[in-house]
Amino acid sequence: MQKWQNQRAWFLVIPVVVLVAFNALIPLMTVVNYSVQDIFDPTHRIFVGTEWYQEMLLNSRLQHALLRQLIFSGLVLLIELPLGVAIALTMPRRGGWAISATLVIIALPLLIPWNVIGTIWVIFLRPDVGLLGHFIDHTLGIHFDYPTVPLQAWISVMMMEVWHWTPLVVLLAYAGLRSIPDAYYQAASIDAASRWAVFRYIELPKMRGVLTIAVLLRFMDSFLIYTEPFVLTGGGPGDATTFLSIYLVKLAVGEFDVGKAAAFSIIYFLIVLLFSYVFYQVLLRAQRGEVR
Amino acid sequence: MKDRGRFIWLLVYLLVLLLPIYWMLNMSLRDNNDIMSRLAFFPDHPVLHNYIEILTDPSWYWGYINSFAYVSINTAICLVVALPAAYAFSRYRFLGDKHLFFWLLTNRMAPAAVFLLPVFQLYSALGLLDTYIAVALAHTLFNVPLAVWILEGFMSGVPREIDETAFIDGYSLPRFFLVVFIPLIRAGVGVTAFFCFMFSWVELLFARTLTVTNAKPIAVVMTRTVSASGLDWGLLAAAGMLTIVPGALVIYFVRNYIAKGFALGRV
Repeated sequence: MQKWQNQRAWFLVIPVVVLVAFNALIPLMTVVNYSVQDIFDPTHRIFVGTEWYQEMLLNSRLQHALLRQLIFSGLVLLIELPLGVAIALTMPRRGGWAISATLVIIALPLLIPWNVIGTIWVIFLRPDVGLLGHFIDHTLGIHFDYPTVPLQAWISVMMMEVWHWTPLVVLLAYAGLRSIPDAYYQAASIDAASRWAVFRYIELPKMRGVLTIAVLLRFMDSFLIYTEPFVLTGGGPGDATTFLSIYLVKLAVGEFDVGKAAAFSIIYFLIVLLFSYVFYQVLLRAQRGEVR
Repeated sequence: MKDRGRFIWLLVYLLVLLLPIYWMLNMSLRDNNDIMSRLAFFPDHPVLHNYIEILTDPSWYWGYINSFAYVSINTAICLVVALPAAYAFSRYRFLGDKHLFFWLLTNRMAPAAVFLLPVFQLYSALGLLDTYIAVALAHTLFNVPLAVWILEGFMSGVPREIDETAFIDGYSLPRFFLVVFIPLIRAGVGVTAFFCFMFSWVELLFARTLTVTNAKPIAVVMTRTVSASGLDWGLLAAAGMLTIVPGALVIYFVRNYIAKGFALGRV
């Protein structure tokens, strides 16, 4: 759409800018301030320059947390994307109350507070009182103790994550599918196209926009994950499920290492900023593609 | 026949989705001795006393009132500031508009953990700690960019000729905006309010950090009460069930728009 050129539009944006600047810029500057100082107490502080940055970049716990984070986010995409699309394909494209009810049920996990998500899974996975925990431990006969076995902790966190966020992918993919006009399917059936051909040449291209968004949103949000694994495993056993946010909070609140935590924050924020930029560019390109 | 096969898979998925929630419901209807003594798929003697305890004990039910208070304030603030801004982004080109939009988006993606300590210090310096307004304002960090983004999408779907016609008819911008434009995008306003509600309702890190007693949200009451009094699974499950109810109600009202709202991909 052609837009009007008008600098006075800034007046309409000022409230948002002020509000977000208050919440984002002041805290960010505070963090920058902390990251270059060694603070003993409010009156004794020394300027240390980039010392904290160097220390954090060489810190093996941070590197491992970053590696775990990347593996985690990668697995999230590998599992949730195909699963979400597959489920969206099973949903009827037309229909009255049944489709509404299905959408409500599918969206339900998205509206549960994040620590309650953790609590639900703690309850569900307990070998003594939890259904799934009991099933694995007693019926399958596999000793199940996710708080002490790293692999089981990972599987548990992944199960929770897939349960929690696949619905978002389903809703996005479904919205994309619903925007396909019936005529496309009629044409396909006249051509006697196979189910696979319909998916490959009609449905997948039409879902490209929403799926791009799904990939990027899931990547971003899983990159920032904190509350759910914190409630379920507390980042343990050891550091096995300590992702970036969990390690950061451990450092800032647990060990009260303000300088290091601040330097870590800036590094973390820059990584996120880099991804955001890529995200924005890809999104703009996808939108431009749709217009064409 | 092929359709029936598809529906069975869908049904299986819905069951798997509901199973953990059902298990919590099941536990919330049993007392703790019963839960610890055996595993039962159905509560044999359903009891409501977990719910009654929560709904009659002020330290529990105030958690819900607090959560609702700051979530509502947050949604209101977000809509009020985001509506004009979204209009500006959808209709005008101005100096730095694209950069500004990107900067807003980065805040949607900023890790809350990064801002935790300074935000706490900021609000305590202003004497706002432990108030609804503090949590509501802190949540605008990620909700305002989101609201601007969603609303901009809906507004760009309205042809600009409508604005032009109205201005020729002598409407001023504020009057046009309130009388003509907002009713046109009311679905978008509803979807935006839904997402602001949702993200403020599920967020815990800021809510926990900025509250002590007076404004403590239910999700935090749950964590602290449980760690203080040992584990009463039944009570914990009942509290969890009650946090799902508001979300389920809200989602019911926007069920017809939800797919569309997600489709804009501006979550």
